[in-house]
Amino acid sequence: MPSQKQLMKGAEAIAEAAIRAGCRHFFGYPITPQNEIPEYMSKRLPEVGGVYLQAESEVASINMIFGGASTGARVLTSSSSPGVSLMSEGASYLVGAELPAVIVNIMRGGPGLGDIAPSQSDWSMMTKGWGHGDKRYISLCPATVQEAVDMMSLAFDLAEKYRNPVVLLGDGLLGQMMEPVIFPALSEIAPEQSWAARGKLATRPRVIVRSLYLDPAELERHVDHLYDKFARMEREEPRAETWMCDDEPPVLVCAFGTVARIAKTAIGKLRGEGLRVGLWRPMTAWPFPVESLQKAAATSDRLLSIEMNKGQMVEDIRAVIGHDKPVGFWGRSGGMVPTVDEMMNAIRGQFANA
Amino acid sequence: MAYHDVVMAGFGGQGLMAIGKLLAKAAMDEGRHVTWLPSYGPEMRGGTANCVVVVDDEPIGSPSVEHAQAAIVMNRPSLDKFEDTLATGGLLVINTSLIAEPVHRADLTTVLVPANDIAEAEGSPKAANMVMLGAYVAHCGVVSAASIEHAIEVSYVGAKKAYGEANLRAFRRGLAS
Repeated sequence: MPSQKQLMKGAEAIAEAAIRAGCRHFFGYPITPQNEIPEYMSKRLPEVGGVYLQAESEVASINMIFGGASTGARVLTSSSSPGVSLMSEGASYLVGAELPAVIVNIMRGGPGLGDIAPSQSDWSMMTKGWGHGDKRYISLCPATVQEAVDMMSLAFDLAEKYRNPVVLLGDGLLGQMMEPVIFPALSEIAPEQSWAARGKLATRPRVIVRSLYLDPAELERHVDHLYDKFARMEREEPRAETWMCDDEPPVLVCAFGTVARIAKTAIGKLRGEGLRVGLWRPMTAWPFPVESLQKAAATSDRLLSIEMNKGQMVEDIRAVIGHDKPVGFWGRSGGMVPTVDEMMNAIRGQFANA
Repeated sequence: MAYHDVVMAGFGGQGLMAIGKLLAKAAMDEGRHVTWLPSYGPEMRGGTANCVVVVDDEPIGSPSVEHAQAAIVMNRPSLDKFEDTLATGGLLVINTSLIAEPVHRADLTTVLVPANDIAEAEGSPKAANMVMLGAYVAHCGVVSAASIEHAIEVSYVGAKKAYGEANLRAFRRGLAS
């Protein structure tokens, strides 16, 4: 049934979008500010013949994901920052065993137990530090509830395309806010995968799902194979939006997720004051959209990264821009959401520096 | 009206989130862009709660607002919190059943509504939020009253139908207040 526009909370919309994308298995453990995802799944999955299971911990959740993914099913778990930290070991196993899965991280303030307010302080964890070993995860960063819905089906497709876990990286603001959304039609359960372990039959070869390669030479070949996939992701999967850059503004603001939409309001007002500012927004935290950034930054004099953390994405930006031009940072942390006014002041400061 | 934003604040349980959703639904049904953002935190029943609704003809950037154009306040702590932050010349709708304090700012358009008294007289003491919503829509016009009424009708169905009818009556009393 193609659906019409409906008003929905980000977290619930993400859950429904997963079901529309063919996900019929959810394993998770509650944590604010994303409890509406498991709550919605617990009610909705049985209606479509799916399985909702509340695990005893995040460590259990991610290992249930490993088991479910091994059978070729489209599996989902969701959590928030501290819970996602706990999942890191299992995430690495998923990469090693080449299993597709989607993990939603609705970030909250950290470190430690921190608070339950919106944050973007897991950028570095998701792009570099999540789990041990040589591994990568595509991380999608929606800014609106509709984009989160659209990215859920993309996440499952990419996970299967590469046989690798994919992360949907949002924050408490996106999880809690309501916006009108349109869903795609309900899709059937994913076709049987040749690599899935579904029981040895005469018609089917034996399948072993593993991340253990005791022979170092064999493991090196395996890791090389994984890196061939990661290289392909870096070529094919970077996504970014460039906004208000047609007049080659001297100041380029860089922001992702909900901060980028607050930045759009701030930039719109500054444009009203006659200040030429543009926005560059990565929609994939990894693979980092290097070429898009280089293109957007080519005509600017200086960049300002605005984040709900102490400066994480700015490290990736500096790695691309180098010493060619100044790359500044401004942000709030601890779960404080930047206001439009203070963001405008931070951007005005870039013109004062010029 | 192109861009509009409003904060709705009061005690948890007074139904501020609910009237925010009704406004958001009405705006969506009128083809506008809209966001609804709740305050969320380690709250408890009887604590303060608020939500912010932004309506625009263009896609909405920030869903959070520092200086709202309008405020619906249903208890004293919310008046204390939001009177000072309202935009210059803003609209302030006050529940005088629970708020005896005067408004200090002279630049605001202030609408005084004894919402709990009206709702009780109507036989629906829990529908004070709908009275406030009605008074707000009457003075603001961001959406039509008909759109709100439709949103109420489709939001309270089945076992909740009686609440919907009571809410509709309370909303209309607010419109006329």
